[in-house]
Amino acid sequence: MFASIRSRLIVIALLVIGSIYFLFPRTVSLRERGANGVMRDTTVTRVPLKRGLDLQGGMHLALELDQSKQVSADPKRDLDLALTVLRKRIDEFGVEEPLVQKAGDDRIVVELAGITEPARAKAIVQRSAFLEFRITNKTNALEKSLPAMDRVLRGLGVKAEAAPGAGKPSAVEQLLGGDSAKKTAAAKPADSAKAAPDSAAADTTPVPGGVLSGLIQEAGAVAGTATPGEYAVPETAFPRVDSLINIPAVTRQLPRGVVLRWSAAPTSIGVQQYRLLYALDDRPIVTGSNLEDAGAQLDQLTNGPIVTFQLDRAGGRKFGDETGRHVGDYMAILLDGRVQGRPPVIQSRISRNGQITLGNKSLQEAQDLALTLKAGALPIPLKIVEERQVGASLGSDSIRKGVTAGVVGTAMVILIMLVFYRLSGVLAVAALALYILFTLGGLSMIEATLTLPGLAGIVLSVGIAVDANVLIFERIREELVHGKTVRLAVDEGFKHAMNAIIDSNVSTVLTALFLFQFGTGPVKGFAVTLIMGIVASMITAVFVTRTFFMIWLQRRPAMTTLSI
Amino acid sequence: MLRLFANAQYDFIAFRTRAYAVTALFIIPGLVWLMVYGLNYSIEFTGGTLVQVQSKAPADVGALRAGLDRQGLHGAEIQSFGGANEFVVRARVAKPGTDANDTQATGDAVNQALTSVLGAGTFTIERTEAVGPKVGGELRSKAFLAIFLSFFAVLAYLAYRFEWRFGLAAVLATVHDIVATIAFIGMLRLEVSLTVVAAVLSMVGYSLNDTIIIFDRVRENLKKHKKDSFEQILNRSINETLPRSVLTHGTSLASLLALSIFGGEVIRPFALVMFFGVFTGTFSSIYIASPVLMAIEKRWPGQFARGHLATGPAAAPATGGGRKTAPVA
Repeated sequence: MFASIRSRLIVIALLVIGSIYFLFPRTVSLRERGANGVMRDTTVTRVPLKRGLDLQGGMHLALELDQSKQVSADPKRDLDLALTVLRKRIDEFGVEEPLVQKAGDDRIVVELAGITEPARAKAIVQRSAFLEFRITNKTNALEKSLPAMDRVLRGLGVKAEAAPGAGKPSAVEQLLGGDSAKKTAAAKPADSAKAAPDSAAADTTPVPGGVLSGLIQEAGAVAGTATPGEYAVPETAFPRVDSLINIPAVTRQLPRGVVLRWSAAPTSIGVQQYRLLYALDDRPIVTGSNLEDAGAQLDQLTNGPIVTFQLDRAGGRKFGDETGRHVGDYMAILLDGRVQGRPPVIQSRISRNGQITLGNKSLQEAQDLALTLKAGALPIPLKIVEERQVGASLGSDSIRKGVTAGVVGTAMVILIMLVFYRLSGVLAVAALALYILFTLGGLSMIEATLTLPGLAGIVLSVGIAVDANVLIFERIREELVHGKTVRLAVDEGFKHAMNAIIDSNVSTVLTALFLFQFGTGPVKGFAVTLIMGIVASMITAVFVTRTFFMIWLQRRPAMTTLSI
Repeated sequence: MLRLFANAQYDFIAFRTRAYAVTALFIIPGLVWLMVYGLNYSIEFTGGTLVQVQSKAPADVGALRAGLDRQGLHGAEIQSFGGANEFVVRARVAKPGTDANDTQATGDAVNQALTSVLGAGTFTIERTEAVGPKVGGELRSKAFLAIFLSFFAVLAYLAYRFEWRFGLAAVLATVHDIVATIAFIGMLRLEVSLTVVAAVLSMVGYSLNDTIIIFDRVRENLKKHKKDSFEQILNRSINETLPRSVLTHGTSLASLLALSIFGGEVIRPFALVMFFGVFTGTFSSIYIASPVLMAIEKRWPGQFARGHLATGPAAAPATGGGRKTAPVA
């Protein structure tokens, strides 16, 4: 096969043309979200070699179902559902070539290249965005249950005296809000002093030292304006009350059909920070699954951001019926189980359109919320199990360093080859140039992602790639020493070196395959460049260098000494 | 022509016991060191948070550490990374079973500590990594599995291409390389990251490559020089491949040198491990793989070696005059 020089040259030419074709800068169109939040198409011209997140900057997230609060009945289905939802959200987020895929049975991997606001991206990916509307309870269910709840707690050995330690923040919160611990300490005396007389006054059947009755008060008593089913808890006591009311034995004391939900953010009443607690119907009148469209805008009255939404036909009908029946009642809007803003009174039948007031959030956040609402809710919240994030400047810095190392390394290798093998060395260097071209072209062809370790792999492989040529050249030298003619020595040299080249390369490919199998992004990239490098080095050493020698020998048929 | 070690006739095999001593002197203290201090796993394997920061002015490490302590991050490592203005903060998750949400809180805490110590806007976070311990544990077992399985694949391939004796000798030499490399990593206190595991696996490939080149020559010489003893065959093969070894290792080392000088902090551990791998790979091909092959062939003679063992190693070094100091690499 390819016996004649002409056919060999044609093959080499095709390989070169192919590599150049795959490396030729081309114009691609991108869909991005502009500064004004509108999607737009832009075009850029660049070399079509995909750069990994570590080279171009970006974010890699691995997510799992977070079953700590809510257990999934069918994790496999929920994960698939989450995958679809995430795809929609990321699509709307507007990142160039995002990757959202399943990894293994229980994990989703999200890769966002070139993003500049990682915190936003994380929020969008993690937010469940479960929207629901519930009517607030107007039967004073919580007040009536409080004494019973306190009795249960007393039975469990929880005492009100522990209240000063009340708002003991969890470790995470201590990390997050450095000064919140201090605030707790300062607020404590005032709290307990204030809470004690209140509880005595409000309770119908007071339990002496009742823990919850000491901390939960009717919001009307504190704020002045009363919404049925609304209660206030000092912000400092919020974590403690939250953990107490979630004890199953305590929750059971509530009448059937009533659930408790917190407000999303603390409210300032006077000088005090309060967290509002709501008693709500356990059955939502409508949920986000009926949502058709959502958008963000600024409220004309308050100039605060709001999210407007539109329900689908079925949802609209249900919403209309329910709100019609509940005129004069208050409706809480819940997002991910937290009440957003204070529940508005239902003044008349509402059909398909509504809005969520977000308080002191930015328009950006409102836009992100609208985006997640539109893409749908996650069946189960997701937790981030792995996160990697590289800034764009570090990425380009890495490329520059990798290229410098590559250029210097290649120059040294070329020098060594020329010093040792003289004219034959020139052939080897030409083959090395083709080797680099083929490797990069091949990587571009299979759409491999070039990572930082991959870049190192290429630099290293330049040093190793000449091994095949060295093997052949040394073999030719040996044959020449044994007194063979130039032509015969070249033939024999190639023939005998072959076994060693194949065996050693196959074993390297084998280890690279295992590397590919186990590695994550960057390491996979390394394995791919290693394999591609070995393939290209075999082609250049065995085929290209051979052809060069054939041409050389044909032009100088009478050559008796070889410059090797 | 310029030839290094052309027609070299060193008696490598005769030096094997001394070579064993050399490698034992390196490996044993290295492993003892490891047992005392343990491997320095990166957060990819232990779980935890890494934040790489570039600040406008050189950062005061003491003040930073105090700031991190104030955030409750005791024992976080602060390391300069390439320059005075660039450093890395590593915080490991202490409790197993916690997930990355905690590591995220850690990341936020690092951010707050930096803001309070350096001042907002005077630093940029260039890289963050947060890995939950579960993921870390998975990665670790996957890495070991990959190294282990690649042994079997190579053993099978060599058994197919040569015969099992060669394969076993090559794999044993590789085991030596890995142990020596781990000792090296331990002594330099290099951080064992995914990239370093990748370097170890590439080193395995490189070392095998080298062993195979010699074995290929052994196979050839066994057929060609029927009268030589096995020891002579080994010596002849090693000597004949010596010029190739010197050149290839030279070009590889040149590339690695360029990588470790210019490639940046992330790549440097990779380059260092590979750099060491080139030496240990060469050493083990000559002093582990070849003598082990000889031992195996003596105990269970294969068809290639049968005639050669009959003459026995007592047939004296035919090459003569080779008892000079053998170059190790």
